[in-house]
Amino acid sequence: MVVTTETAPRPVATPAGAPRTARRRTRRVGTNLTAYALLAGGVLCFALFSWYPTVRAFLLAFQKTNFVGASHWVGLTNFHRLFADPEFAAAWRNSFEFTGIALVLGFGVPFVLAVVLNELRHWKTLFRLLVYLPVMIPPAVVAILWKWFYDPGNGLFNEALSAVGLPTSAWTNSTHTAIVSLVLVATWANLGGTTLIYLAALQNIPTELYEAAELDGANIFQRVRNVTIPQTRYVMLMLLLLQIVATMQEFTTPFIMTGGGPQDATVTVLYLIYKYAFVYFDYGTACALSIMLFIFLGIFSALYLRLTRNAD
Amino acid sequence: MRTAQFHRLAAAALAAGAAVTVMAACTSSNSDNSASGSVTITVNCEPPTSDPIDRKAFVDDIATFEKAHSNIHIQPKDEFPCDDPKTFDAKLAGGQMENVFYVYYTDVAHVIAEGQAADISKYTGSVKGLDDIQASTLGVFKGPNGDFYGLPKTNYSMGLLYSRALFTQAGLDPNSPPTTWDEVRADAKKIAALGNGIVGYADYSASNQGGWHFTAEIYSQGGSMVSSNGKQAAFDSAAGKAVLTNLQQMRWTDNSMGSKQLLTIPDVQAMMGAGKLGMYVAAPDNLPTLVKQYQGSYTNLAIAPMPGDHATLLGGDGYMFNVKDTPAQIQAGIQWLQFENLTPGVGQFNYQRSAANGSPVGLPEPDLWKGTTATTDDQAKAKYANVPSQNDQSFITAMKTKQGDIEPVDAQQIYSVLDSVMSAVLTNQGANIDQLLSDASTKVNSLLANQ
Repeated sequence: MVVTTETAPRPVATPAGAPRTARRRTRRVGTNLTAYALLAGGVLCFALFSWYPTVRAFLLAFQKTNFVGASHWVGLTNFHRLFADPEFAAAWRNSFEFTGIALVLGFGVPFVLAVVLNELRHWKTLFRLLVYLPVMIPPAVVAILWKWFYDPGNGLFNEALSAVGLPTSAWTNSTHTAIVSLVLVATWANLGGTTLIYLAALQNIPTELYEAAELDGANIFQRVRNVTIPQTRYVMLMLLLLQIVATMQEFTTPFIMTGGGPQDATVTVLYLIYKYAFVYFDYGTACALSIMLFIFLGIFSALYLRLTRNAD
Repeated sequence: MRTAQFHRLAAAALAAGAAVTVMAACTSSNSDNSASGSVTITVNCEPPTSDPIDRKAFVDDIATFEKAHSNIHIQPKDEFPCDDPKTFDAKLAGGQMENVFYVYYTDVAHVIAEGQAADISKYTGSVKGLDDIQASTLGVFKGPNGDFYGLPKTNYSMGLLYSRALFTQAGLDPNSPPTTWDEVRADAKKIAALGNGIVGYADYSASNQGGWHFTAEIYSQGGSMVSSNGKQAAFDSAAGKAVLTNLQQMRWTDNSMGSKQLLTIPDVQAMMGAGKLGMYVAAPDNLPTLVKQYQGSYTNLAIAPMPGDHATLLGGDGYMFNVKDTPAQIQAGIQWLQFENLTPGVGQFNYQRSAANGSPVGLPEPDLWKGTTATTDDQAKAKYANVPSQNDQSFITAMKTKQGDIEPVDAQQIYSVLDSVMSAVLTNQGANIDQLLSDASTKVNSLLANQ
């Protein structure tokens, strides 16, 4: 069989070709102009509301300003002020504690839930809906709802504990239990989304792998350890990274539920940034702390991605 | 025109139009048509549409005023809240502040210091009855040189709001509220003993409100928040310790403050409205909120003066003038404010209209006046009173002689630090008061040094 290849005829350099090329170029420019015009809106929005504020925050971290009078360069003064503030260490400690507990609860629980949901034979849709339902409630509403649940006097939880003869808790009203209480709220509110992502990953695992494992005599735990976890590894690693980045920026629950109390026990790094900016009106120090968090999370993410890539 | 060309032109026109719109939106106008003799002023804090009665009264007042002053046009701006500290500076800096803008007393010194308010001293001579406004209130709007930068709208002073019903149930006399902090403690204990989730006394400890109440309470104990020059914290004192010790004893020794803490205004008002709270520190403006929003009743609620022989905390709001205002705009603004806020029988003091609208008349505050104007206002208020003002008589009487202290400089920053102290005492039985005050003092000194 003879295979022929159709090739485009080489343009002939004739005097008539010049205006045709110019017309083609004009048409190309015209087509691109429309694309650029449409692109301009997006670029402008990013530039105005994302890139410019980021650059400005870096500059403000070294300035003293109240946005009314003139700004002054103050070198590292804003950073020194942060290091001298007892709330600074407390905020990082609280954020790390929040992230640590959230990893245990918010990372493990959705995975287990996804495995269970994946194994269900009946009422699948209903249970998935029930698990996802809290995600549809606005975060502020969740925080207010749980504030009532946690009421140490006659809140739902203490009433329930009392009813079954168990000791009650001060929940958010104690420095010892405040952070755990907030993590429970965040976990409940967000686990639906994570669970569904795990579930999607689980459903992509070829059933042949499980059948082979069963033929080899693997029990359910062995199947999870040797099939499920390796097959969902990349999703888990990505969700782990996203969760750490998100929980290090926790703000809504302490802002609404505890106001950072009691005794600064729930002041997170982001909450402290808010306080510096909108309570103390010290925008320079707020930006200095924002930059520190930005750099910390940037380095962490880069290291994490590098380590996980190397592990492959 | 070909379709492709049309699309390109349309896209370019759209982009140009958007740019023009953005630029137009970012440009504020300053309408002073002096040549034609007319002047337009923007004024914020128009009551929101969710408050139709006050909104209608405000709009009606503008119409009446403009009829009497045909050369002045008022452009009201509906904003809620009227003054949001988070955006206040940005509005000032961005040149977006109205010609006549709303402020809390705590904003005034800051706005003057930043040079963002017009000096209106030259024009205040036209304000009738200016000398009859209480000196403590008027003084808030004076700059370091005694110049005027604004006019007050309302004032408040803190007292002890209590439930007459719970006082009666606890065997206490509702006509003899506590006058010292020891009596507050004793009465709170008796009220809490009623059980059924009833709390004797409640206090705030979050959202800057803990620090605000600490301030009111330290004033009542004879203490100060900052040094006389405003540069150093002064609350690490015997008075500060007395405030916290009293709270600690009520919370942990007497168990009269309930177990739910980190309370803010709505939490406490809900408790009071539901008949579950005996007393809390508040200004009289809490009374209508308790009745309107939390099903309280004026007959069951009363306010007494702040316990203790010393001062109470004063606060309030008013209006200042944009530094870019023309003389004509300042004069127009002053005339409007005088009409709406500073004339007995008119605007906010139109008690006949308020009573007809079902709004409360007869509350102890605002109490702006002294001298003959105060007498005129009191008589008009008494004529149309629709709340039992005898419940608040001890407060009204005491306020004629009680010293009033305004909030400290950089109040919100200081309050935020003291929230932590209040929450520590109310949630941690073993809280070390000396250490808490010392740490908070160090932090406040650092904040003040940075201002």
